[in-house]
Amino acid sequence: MVTPLMPAHMRDVTVTRQGKQVLGPVDLTLGQSGFTILLGPNGAGKTTFLKALHGLERLSTGSVTWSAPDDVARMKQAYVFQSPVMLRRSVRANLGYPLAILGQPKAQVNDAVEAWATRIGLTAALDRPATGLSGGEKQKLALARALIRDPEILLLDEPCSNLDGRSVKDIEALLTAAHQAGTRIVMATHDLGQARRLATEILFLFKGHIHEAGPAPDAFDAPQTPEFKSFLNGDILI
Amino acid sequence: MNDIWAGLSSAFWLVVTGDPDLIEITLRSLQVSLTALVIASAIALPFGTWLAIRRFRFRRTAIAVLNSLMGLPPVVVGLIVYLLLSRSGPFGVLGLLFTPTAMIIAQVIIITPLIASITHQAMRDLWAEYHDLLISLNTTPTRRILTLISDGRRALLTAALAGFGRAIGEVGAIMIVGGNIDHATRVLTTSIALETGKGDFALALGLGFVLIALALTVNLIIHALSRTEREGRW
Ligand SMILES: Nc1ncnc2c1ncn2[C@@H]1O[C@H](COP(=O)(O)OP(=O)(O)OP(=O)(O)O)[C@@H](O)[C@H]1O
Ligand SMILES: [Mg+2]
Repeated sequence: MVTPLMPAHMRDVTVTRQGKQVLGPVDLTLGQSGFTILLGPNGAGKTTFLKALHGLERLSTGSVTWSAPDDVARMKQAYVFQSPVMLRRSVRANLGYPLAILGQPKAQVNDAVEAWATRIGLTAALDRPATGLSGGEKQKLALARALIRDPEILLLDEPCSNLDGRSVKDIEALLTAAHQAGTRIVMATHDLGQARRLATEILFLFKGHIHEAGPAPDAFDAPQTPEFKSFLNGDILI
Repeated sequence: MNDIWAGLSSAFWLVVTGDPDLIEITLRSLQVSLTALVIASAIALPFGTWLAIRRFRFRRTAIAVLNSLMGLPPVVVGLIVYLLLSRSGPFGVLGLLFTPTAMIIAQVIIITPLIASITHQAMRDLWAEYHDLLISLNTTPTRRILTLISDGRRALLTAALAGFGRAIGEVGAIMIVGGNIDHATRVLTTSIALETGKGDFALALGLGFVLIALALTVNLIIHALSRTEREGRW
């Protein structure tokens, strides 16, 4: 199964904040299937890129177009924020929120909630306030809340940044499963090991520009640009 | 010193035995301030929430005006309402001056900006927290407001209680527009002022006890609410 929303085109996209161009110009086509990993140092523009793609960022120039009308495309996307947003409600209400606001029957919402809680190991915490969870638990909850609507496109901003090895493994298994079921994933990460494990496609951002874009194993084995080469070597980029 | 002790003990007895004057005055105070609270909340809670999530041209100006209205001296509010309602004023024909309705109008004017301002601040913070998620989930504007009101209900209650606290303890405006008429517009604060002037400390202190108890209760509830908020309970 591939999503009919893709390919998506970013044409001449730039984002400017307080007079500084923080992203772009980006000209890029994201293909119908795949697991795209977005790499780049702090401040490279990864978050800005993902938000621009999702329509949360005001573009200074350019446009993002999906292969479906914008409102249809938006309903099939899910986004996991770099710092998880917790509603001031129980874990149960947080997980069920995306379904509840679609007007799904309570019993159905609850079944989905319990299934996802089991998958992320938060069953015991279901009736606790979500704001009291640990950083890692919040990240897992945010991921499950994104997946609960069965999105066709999943955008993730460093979803594993606070997780220990064991949890990273669990999350990667969830992501791989979603990818194999046909979900189109674009994910920002700092973790090169994780990028190698998951990516089918690499985007390397540096100072707001895409310096490297290509299929995954090749990009790692034969980086095309000096910037990505030094990034892979662990050099400090200035 | 003796006066005070005598006053205190007879005040205590007035409260314990349920003195009819004391009860009448307390009930009128509650009636006026609670009515003012309901009306002011009905205006201020939606308005404050709307101000927090809506971007429009004169938003900053509106917020600045709101914040300065919060500092309106009650006496001046009383004076203005008096002029509006007095026989020769624009609303003189309604004959509202020196009625509880006039007092309610004055209190609504005094506490609406306060409630709206507290609501606005709380809702602005909550909206900043929720904004990205609610936009990302493609929520309708109605759903956003419902979510904010539901998750910010404690802040809204705090705002309302602060408004009630201000209304029940207010004396300047209601003295002017109510006239402190026995069995008609006499409330806790105005009769404390009157009885103190007359030297009848027993009733003044008894009324004072009731007022303090009300104010303390309100503040304890606000405190409890903000504590559960911080601890992440709800
Ligand atoms: N509101 C803003 N005002 C000014 N500069 C901003 C604003 N938002 C973002 N920036 C700048 O835009 C650049 C890109 O930010 P972005 O958050 O996209 O980086 P990132 O690659 O996600 O970094 P990280 O790895 O730290 O999450 C940064 O230099 C940041 O300082
Ligand atoms: Mg980021």
